[in-house]
Amino acid sequence: MNQTGEAIVEIRSLVNRFGDHVVHEGLDLDIRRGEILGVVGGSGTGKSVLLRSIVGLKQPDGGSIRVFGKDLQRLPSAQRTQIERRFGVLFQRGALFSSLNLQENVALPLFEHAGLSRSDAERLARVKLALAGLPPEAARLNPAELSGGMVKRAALARALALDPEVLFLDEPTAGLDPIGAAAFDRLIMTLRDALGFSVFLVTHDLDTLYSSCDRVAVIADKRVLVADSLATVEATDDPWIRDYFHGPRGRAASLAARHHSSPQGERR
Amino acid sequence: MPDTASRPGMLEQDAHRLSAVGDWTLPHYARLREAVAKVHEVESIDLQRLGELDTSGAALLVDLLGPDSVREIAQWAPNLPAERQALLKAVADANRNPLFAPPVPRGNPLAALAGLGQVAELLARQQLRLVAFIGLTLSTLLKTLFTPWRWRITSLSAHVQQTGLNAIPIVALLTFLVGAVVAFLGATVLRDFGATIYTVNLVTYSFLREFGILLAAILLAGRTASAFTAQIGSMKANEELDALRAQGLDPMEMLVLPRVLAMMISLPILALIGMLSGMLGGAVVCAMALDITSTQFLTILQRDIPLEHFLVGIGKAPLFAFVIAVIGCLEGFKAGASAQSVGEHTTSSVVQSIFMVILLDALAALFFMEMGW
Ligand SMILES: Nc1ncnc2c1ncn2[C@@H]1O[C@H](COP(=O)(O)OP(=O)(O)OP(=O)(O)O)[C@@H](O)[C@H]1O
Ligand SMILES: [Mg+2]
Repeated sequence: MNQTGEAIVEIRSLVNRFGDHVVHEGLDLDIRRGEILGVVGGSGTGKSVLLRSIVGLKQPDGGSIRVFGKDLQRLPSAQRTQIERRFGVLFQRGALFSSLNLQENVALPLFEHAGLSRSDAERLARVKLALAGLPPEAARLNPAELSGGMVKRAALARALALDPEVLFLDEPTAGLDPIGAAAFDRLIMTLRDALGFSVFLVTHDLDTLYSSCDRVAVIADKRVLVADSLATVEATDDPWIRDYFHGPRGRAASLAARHHSSPQGERR
Repeated sequence: MPDTASRPGMLEQDAHRLSAVGDWTLPHYARLREAVAKVHEVESIDLQRLGELDTSGAALLVDLLGPDSVREIAQWAPNLPAERQALLKAVADANRNPLFAPPVPRGNPLAALAGLGQVAELLARQQLRLVAFIGLTLSTLLKTLFTPWRWRITSLSAHVQQTGLNAIPIVALLTFLVGAVVAFLGATVLRDFGATIYTVNLVTYSFLREFGILLAAILLAGRTASAFTAQIGSMKANEELDALRAQGLDPMEMLVLPRVLAMMISLPILALIGMLSGMLGGAVVCAMALDITSTQFLTILQRDIPLEHFLVGIGKAPLFAFVIAVIGCLEGFKAGASAQSVGEHTTSSVVQSIFMVILLDALAALFFMEMGW
């Protein structure tokens, strides 16, 4: 694990607002190569909006976002597409293409961008779906026929389609059963270790934070309060952070993590 | 992964041993897959000279060797980095069940016949469903009629604004132009008989009886029936209809009634505007091309054209409005959960409502002719 990878996304004094409603003001954050960055914050603090601005879906109202050293909003569209192909995004509500079945959903970027033939793309898509934990029969289902957790898995498979360099996950484990959620966390870590991508992981799932994140960024008061290792964040003196990590759920998750992760930590 | 300096992945075969060389990554997938497809019967593979490996490369290795041996390799292979072991194992585990998608049923010659039958049955069912939906709308209307506190005035007025008020400019412009065209046609044909003065009768007859209402109805079918279908269809795709029902609210009452009533209020008004503006178009042409002054036009209108033409025309408006709105709403309810299905049903609602309007108009024309009105 390379803790000290260079920053591939640099956000400086970002401002985002909708009308008079200021969501971000003076927000700074880095995503480093190869890390899993957990992003936490109360509902409506602007985690999803932050994600959308990084991947270029929302034009910031101020400040700068540099991805791989370039400002997306200033790039000509061809170069922008080049960079966007290096992203994989799992949207909070899945955002699967409703007119395509799952296998076509995942295969779409493969034959549009990677130039595979249709049958190759669909075959690879089935591998990705299986990797994300879906049974083979699911490949032909339409998004409307899925359960909530299956939608998340399919969306992950699509986000992973092109083996991206940065993976943006918006609450991937929300709505998964605990066993599935743990498998999900493990899958992300396995792939990260093998492929070396970075992960921007918005989550409310404390277990995920404890088991898989290298750094945690806390968003509150329209900016990033701290972005550091979990231990440092836990120790930060802020009422919200205290409630978050030292409330009943936080304590339980922290205990569970300590139980499990010590042998694993040795191995790495 | 950036592949600028990558060595393309290859499968090298010497004597009995296979070795995977170079980068087994997505950009090389197509070629590697061909190479893999050519190999039968492998026992082991040498991964020493493997460059980069991603999930697609790992999937190819699994294709080549089968999930079980890949899992073994992952476990026992000497100096395979831990993260690569984990990747191979994850992909092998994912391939535990065969990934061949269930085959799509093939069509046979009889299937075409069966398809024809299905389409015919579907058509019949749709008509039944339309009738049932009309009944449902009417009964909901009756129920709410006597409970005034459940009238949705706000929703109704919003829909009247969208369907009626906002459509006035386009209806007026369109009928004005058609009125002018009809007057030109009349003038050209009637000039040969020296009867150009009857252009006035032609324009007023046609607009009062037919064109005013017909054009307005067709416009609303295109403009509003489609909007109704898209609104209700996307609500359905988003499970909003289920949410309404789960809260004990009746979508018929909340969504359908305001739309149907708004349409029934708007269309007669638009038809009236259409008639007036069509006759205005005719009058302008008469004044400019035929030297029939507006006074003359109005005098003829008043003297020769009985009121019943207007009544015949405007009397059709509520019926047309009801049919258009009901078809628009019903198609929305029929839409499936995908964006494509919403699109298909929107198209279908426009086609159906225009068809029904013209069909009903033809029937009405026959009826009125027989009755001598
Ligand atoms: N398209 C939009 N138009 C107006 N306001 C918006 C829009 N999108 C988001 N907002 C506002 O921005 C704020 C942040 O929203 P965001 O979706 O980022 O929250 P979040 O941190 O992801 O919350 P959650 O954890 O509940 O998903 C909210 O107050 C929301 O009302
Ligand atoms: Mg969110």
